[in-house]
Amino acid sequence: MSDSLVRIQKEGFSVEETSALVKKASKGIGALVSFVGAARDFSKGKEISGLDFEHYPGMAEKKLKDIRMRALANFDIIEMAIIHRTGLIAIGEDIVLIVAASAHRNDAFMACEWAITELKRTTPIWKRETTKEGDVWVSETP
Amino acid sequence: MITVRFFAMLRNKTGCEFKEYRILKPITVAELKKMLKADFPALSGMLDSRSLLISVNLEFAGMDTMIKDGDEVGLLPPFSGG
Repeated sequence: MSDSLVRIQKEGFSVEETSALVKKASKGIGALVSFVGAARDFSKGKEISGLDFEHYPGMAEKKLKDIRMRALANFDIIEMAIIHRTGLIAIGEDIVLIVAASAHRNDAFMACEWAITELKRTTPIWKRETTKEGDVWVSETP
Repeated sequence: MITVRFFAMLRNKTGCEFKEYRILKPITVAELKKMLKADFPALSGMLDSRSLLISVNLEFAGMDTMIKDGDEVGLLPPFSGG
């Protein structure tokens, strides 16, 4: 179950399908909170025409699974899914999805916010932006 | 043999994806950093920076972490996922 709930993949994802998968965990789920990170066309004043994500295979998946396990242990949530895309991503496309499920909304909101912050802090994934001046690796986590 | 993997902008600086070292006995991360500085002067600044993280066998490591034969080391520049 956790393998399908935590994934790094090239292809896009469906918020609806992932939410349905998370919901299967329990009929006691009363709240689903999802976060979607999308590719925007500007960064620090520069125009961006595309993104390319690289990850450390093995370690990145391990860190995402660890985030899910810690979220389940430290928040009053029932289930969590985390999906991050890799490779080339066009402007407007989705990059990352986190779905947190709980009995009541506050726990899911808190867990979802914590998980995306933790993902940015601890998961070996890197973004390269395509600009008019060339391709630039982004070195700072916003 | 240990394998050191370079990611993102570090790969641009080294011009390669990985470097293998034959070690006769376990070494620390700090000792490996010295070897890397000698082989890749372009990495010197980053190797001294606290923003560069090191992993050993897919777990974050400190300067004192021991690296033994067969281990995989990752040089991890600041993350930008999400």
